[in-house]
Amino acid sequence: MNADRAHASLRSATRWRLWEPLLWVVAFASPLVLSQYAAIVNEIAITALFALSLDLVLGFTGIVSLGHAAFFGFGAYAAALFAKHFMPDPLVGLAVGIAAATVLGAAASFTVQRGSDLTRLMVTLGAALILLELANKLDWLTGGADGLQGVVMGPLLGKFEFDLAGRTAAWYSLTVLLIFFFISRRLMHSPFGATLKAIRDNRLRAMSIGIPVGSRITVAYTIAAALAGAAGALLAQTTGFASLDVFEFHRSADVMLILVVGGTGWLYGGVLGAIVFKLMQDFLSAITPQYWTFWLGLFLVVLVLVGRDRLLKPWTIFRRGRAA
Amino acid sequence: MLTILFDGIAYGMLLFILALGLAVTMGLMNFINLAHGAFAMAGGYITVLLMQRAGVPFLLCLPLAFLGAALIGAVLERTLYRPLYRKPHLDQVLFSIGLTFMAVASVDYFMGSTQQFIQLPQWLRGRTEIGSGAWTLGMGHYRLFIVAVCAVLTLVLQYILSRTRFGSRLRASVDDQRVAAGLGINVNIVFLSTFAFGSGLAGLGGALGAEVLGLDPSFPLKFMIYFLIVVAVGGTSSITGPLLAALLLGIADVAGKYYIPKMGAFIVYLLMIVILIWRPQGLFVRQGGKA
Repeated sequence: MNADRAHASLRSATRWRLWEPLLWVVAFASPLVLSQYAAIVNEIAITALFALSLDLVLGFTGIVSLGHAAFFGFGAYAAALFAKHFMPDPLVGLAVGIAAATVLGAAASFTVQRGSDLTRLMVTLGAALILLELANKLDWLTGGADGLQGVVMGPLLGKFEFDLAGRTAAWYSLTVLLIFFFISRRLMHSPFGATLKAIRDNRLRAMSIGIPVGSRITVAYTIAAALAGAAGALLAQTTGFASLDVFEFHRSADVMLILVVGGTGWLYGGVLGAIVFKLMQDFLSAITPQYWTFWLGLFLVVLVLVGRDRLLKPWTIFRRGRAA
Repeated sequence: MLTILFDGIAYGMLLFILALGLAVTMGLMNFINLAHGAFAMAGGYITVLLMQRAGVPFLLCLPLAFLGAALIGAVLERTLYRPLYRKPHLDQVLFSIGLTFMAVASVDYFMGSTQQFIQLPQWLRGRTEIGSGAWTLGMGHYRLFIVAVCAVLTLVLQYILSRTRFGSRLRASVDDQRVAAGLGINVNIVFLSTFAFGSGLAGLGGALGAEVLGLDPSFPLKFMIYFLIVVAVGGTSSITGPLLAALLLGIADVAGKYYIPKMGAFIVYLLMIVILIWRPQGLFVRQGGKA
């Protein structure tokens, strides 16, 4: 009886809402309607995928990570190197990027098993920085500080060339995002996802009701790494370029911000956050190209001080002054 | 070889002063303050401005940098930090990253993005060499000065924390705010002064380190990692932990950069990860202390 009910509640959570197909149709139509913004749509899709990946570890499993760029960058370099030295097919390259990030994620997952939030922040940050140093020093392979240039992608599925306007790129990224979005949703609303949430909410309790906490974290972290790798690979493929920037600290910080803006533990949070963030970045850096990080910082500070919920519903700020 | 060891120690000592304030805010007050480097940068820029524009002598600049950064810290604690003590760590991280971004951009706006230089007084510029051959010990006077300042600071701090009334109040407030408040300790004042003091230390470190580490608007982001490493590796329950961690990292970094320059900053990060996996709460943690 209870099992049935649990089953039904999981089932209903994966059902399509009415607005969802609409959102995706708008997303897929946007490169066609607003063709000058195709590049931004592409960026938003990639960022959303990256944020989605972080959501799996941060929002669903409750593991803070300041080094998520490690997987993003690893996927980017893997895909770029593969395209440059082996074959230019995008889909195979994407698979290679994902595979590389998955292996790295599995290897790195034991670093987030122990310790406090601070320890995890530091270890994940350190891992990303090590990769940054590696990419910088192995300049015969990665091009060092100049970045890896000359990545030429073949046509998608042998048919669709990557055009200058970036429409193909946008549709490609959106499709990958869509696929991974539904895989993650299926996964997070499965019994497996429920155990992750149990670990997030109370690790000790999860452990005592028999959830294998360690191995669940390993699996969640590895899956997240694969998604981040996919996002990185998409970036490298659609821009034809991979540079040290993909490993930088601000990538990890930005994606965390995106996720928190959009809402953690809710798969659309990353997507929403990516849209808001990218549009804001585009808007602000058009006004003040050099100092836009100031406004980003201000936004963050206000966001945390006021609280995300109340920022989304400004009319509640004065109503219950100290309630939250 | 001894020269490298000495340089490593001086570098470690510098990191220690910079990280100490962070150890205080993070360890004692349990606040993950990634904006710590911004206070250090403030100290550095106060020194640069005072020396270049007002012609204040270097030695006088150091306490002024301390006071300036402490003042900024106090104001920010009162206005922005206090509501966040009880928020989750994630909020604190985001908030302090936001502050850092703002600090970096505003310094860039007001001071320009070029690196700033500090003119050391004549008597700090020399260099003394002892011994010969492989065992030569070359000591830059400025580094010697840093080591001395740091040693004095460590002793004073250790004394304040473990022997004075303020120290015991602080420790009481940290361990249990409610009980401490019930005993008549003004927890708010204790936290305010502690935070200001930590920021002041950062400012002093920034002023001292401007010559060695370089000072430009990206300072908080560039060195944030190092402070955090020191604190994470050293543990936050004592002063000796961060001190030893800072020395270890300073020596490892300088020696690594000298002997295997190809590896660069690699060694430090690797060392940190290994240590943190081995001992997640830090190397030197008081038994039974609060995690």
